Amino acid sequence: MKILVPIKRVADPANANKVKVDDDATKVTSEGLEWVMNPFDEWSLEAALRLTENAAEKARVGEIVVVSITPGEGDTDHIREALGKGAERGIVVPAGTDEQLDASVVAKILAAVVKKEEPDVVLMGKQAADGDSAVAGTKLAELLEWPVVNYATNIATSDEGKTFEVKRELDIGVQTLKVEGPVVFTSSDRILRPDSIKNGVTPDDFEYADLGDLNSRLSNLKNIMAARKKPIDTMTLDDLGVELGVGTEYVKFTLPQGRSGSAEFVETVDELVQKLQTEAKVL
Amino acid sequence: MKQRRYLFEQDEHAQLRAEMRKFARNAIAPHAHEWEEAGIFPRALYAEAAEAGMLGLGYPEALGGSGGDFSHVLVAAEEIVLEGKSVGTCVGLGSHGIALPPIVNFGSDAQKERFVRPVLEGKKIAALGITEPGGGSDVAGLRTKAVRDGDHYVVNGSKTFITSGTRADFVTTAVRTGGEGHGGISLLVIEADTPGFSVGKKLAKTGWWASDTAELVFEDCRVPVANLIGQENAGFVAIMMNFVSERLMLAAQCVAIAELAYRETVAYARERRAFGKTLTGFQVTRHKLAEMSTRIAAARALTGECVARSLAGENDAGLAAMAKNTATDACSWVCDQAVQIHGGYGYMREYVVERLYRDARLYPIGGGTREIMNEIIAKTESY
Repeated sequence: MKILVPIKRVADPANANKVKVDDDATKVTSEGLEWVMNPFDEWSLEAALRLTENAAEKARVGEIVVVSITPGEGDTDHIREALGKGAERGIVVPAGTDEQLDASVVAKILAAVVKKEEPDVVLMGKQAADGDSAVAGTKLAELLEWPVVNYATNIATSDEGKTFEVKRELDIGVQTLKVEGPVVFTSSDRILRPDSIKNGVTPDDFEYADLGDLNSRLSNLKNIMAARKKPIDTMTLDDLGVELGVGTEYVKFTLPQGRSGSAEFVETVDELVQKLQTEAKVL
Repeated sequence: MKQRRYLFEQDEHAQLRAEMRKFARNAIAPHAHEWEEAGIFPRALYAEAAEAGMLGLGYPEALGGSGGDFSHVLVAAEEIVLEGKSVGTCVGLGSHGIALPPIVNFGSDAQKERFVRPVLEGKKIAALGITEPGGGSDVAGLRTKAVRDGDHYVVNGSKTFITSGTRADFVTTAVRTGGEGHGGISLLVIEADTPGFSVGKKLAKTGWWASDTAELVFEDCRVPVANLIGQENAGFVAIMMNFVSERLMLAAQCVAIAELAYRETVAYARERRAFGKTLTGFQVTRHKLAEMSTRIAAARALTGECVARSLAGENDAGLAAMAKNTATDACSWVCDQAVQIHGGYGYMREYVVERLYRDARLYPIGGGTREIMNEIIAKTESY
């Protein structure tokens, strides 16, 4: 089974307080930000790894190609990170600036990559931790005329990705779908539960370790070093026949109001209610 | 705050740091205080550390290691300290770092399979036993005796201050198999289930609480000759070879501890208010912090230089001793200042700097005292 895993680099959500907007408030500036792999994409990467391995024997049985569309020269740090975790190959698409890469452009680029790579599955994050638009997966499926299953919590195949049984958790209960590949999946965090992936190769009684707060498995130095030798191809927008053209125009960004950091103690509940009404004006 | 790294670091060090940071944040930090107070961390953590690739660092892949050299071990340990925030857990997990090298360097293939591999897999715990109740740095004078009797050595004596000693599955033990002096010393791997081996007591220490430390007793303990590492009476060299890397490791731990104390203090000083402004609003605090970071940078520079030289094949015992003393002093001073800036909270057990202050006191003593370091420096400078 061959899986394409798109990876976006986002400003570390743990340091969201460092985000700034530029002077005319039309874009978020990336100055001084630390980049990490979009956590939602990390879940998908982990799911893809589980779909393409015999976990009991620690053997890879399929292929994962990670693709990252990165502004400017094409930063490959997070592709390397994914290769260290077990993915086989990387593709970097250097393209424009963050503002020029809205979901529709991203979907067009990914569709062009899919046509070149012909994967059985595209497995991606349900959204990016920065823009939160949560539409790139669906748009991609539409361009490809493939089925899409969003927010998957369980993915099972017993025929190497020809058909899948997929579960999604909805407000009204758990929905189970059968879908034929090729297909686009976006994943929910529940995809990381120890029994969420069945690939017909890893024995059914194999227990994945609980990842705790991790978004994907860790890679050791051996794998980090091995990843340095794995190929990363560059595909330009020209190669892919895609033109930048933003469908979304951002009018204004406003940062959330900063906290003053000062605290005031009150003696009684009445005093609290009164201050909330007259000073904080939140009641 | 600027994130400073060692000059020798390459791309892979940065990636390794990132992975170890995640491991420490996820597996250690949430329990750090609890484990330090309990004086032990769960044995299961060894398997987790192995899976995360920490235990195998610096060991060949053929033995189940994840490759790399001393520089990788050192940056991984730094991240474990910085993000796990439990020095005791870090040093407990790392006790194999002094117990295994003699086996890797001088042991037979069979011994490596028996002892090294299961430790790197997190299935067994290894400790090193050199120091005795009657003497520490005077290795050539050690008195635990091993007398050959057929296929066994009969060992009598005791060892103390043994890191991971209460639950080690085996102890790489320095014993006297020959006459007086350094020419009569051998290394034996003594397994914990050997009749005649016992853990005397778990020792209560100033710091390093999460790391168990024990006194070990050998009474007519019969150890198979197959457990002799290298040649009989040639153990002294193996022990000495260990010392340079152990000292650099300790120096690097000092850099990491000081860095953590500094970061905790900067964060505290930015928040804590007095007389209408934050502590960082006072020049005296800013200057103190500036001096803390200066001393850390200096200790990091010397430690890093020494590591780079050591990796290039230059075995400079004098410089390693200088690095250890420099880093030790920086760490002790920085932790003391950290407590001072924290004021009353710095004296409270729930604050990380209080613990680091206690942890720091080990370093001018362990792995060779500062006085022994000065002797080594004096000797290598040939006064």
